[in-house]
Amino acid sequence: MDIKNIYHIAQRAMGAQLVRLNATASNLANADNIASSPQDAYKPVKPIFETKYFDLIRKRGISTVDAVTVKKMDVEPIKEYKPGHPMADKDGFIYRAPVNIEEEYVDMLEASRQYQNNVEVISTVRALMLKTASIGK
Amino acid sequence: MVDNIKQQLNVLSNALRIRNTKQEILASNIANAATPHYKARDVEFEVELARSMNVGPLNTSDSKHIAVTSKNLPGKVQYRQSINPSVDGNTVELAVEQMEFAENAIRYQTTLDFINSKIRGLMGAIRGE
Repeated sequence: MDIKNIYHIAQRAMGAQLVRLNATASNLANADNIASSPQDAYKPVKPIFETKYFDLIRKRGISTVDAVTVKKMDVEPIKEYKPGHPMADKDGFIYRAPVNIEEEYVDMLEASRQYQNNVEVISTVRALMLKTASIGK
Repeated sequence: MVDNIKQQLNVLSNALRIRNTKQEILASNIANAATPHYKARDVEFEVELARSMNVGPLNTSDSKHIAVTSKNLPGKVQYRQSINPSVDGNTVELAVEQMEFAENAIRYQTTLDFINSKIRGLMGAIRGE
């Protein structure tokens, strides 16, 4: 989609931040997931942000942001020795999802703060546009 | 007559247009506050206004002269020097951008008020009130 005006800038930035919030929510929801093999263990996901320019050739000035993909983080699951556990493998190990809760919280706060910033941009621009439309009245 | 009225509003409409561009660029900066390697940009209002009025260090007196090409008028969009550089190469500082955005919004509004009072003045003159 083209960036036609300031609304598109904020709209797509908000979309990107929502993807980030979704990723954080999914990570937090799976924070204590247990699997019986390292392959099955949940790996935290992170969105990849990329600047999208209005002027594709010169890449200057007006731009917005897109969450182009959501990638799994390259971290090893936490191996724990729990022989009696129903999910334990034949050697008695379980594999916990390696979610760093503090990191996720900070990410969540940052995403929501940036979402708010974009909302603020929209409401300011909206008010100014309404005033501009009523010039000379 | 119409040209005269147009001239009256010319500076103000140019100012409004530049404020609008600046606002779009600042919105882009805010949108990209979390994008790695993004460099914050901005336009300088005074320079752009001088450019739009075709005034500057080099004045033209003939239509064949090339208008305002001087090293004293830098390019349109420039990069912002960040106060605290961050590790991921992003130079957007939210506090700075928010301040700039707020200031720009106020100045846009003031320009609108100027235009409105100008129009009121012209209307008064036309009606002979």
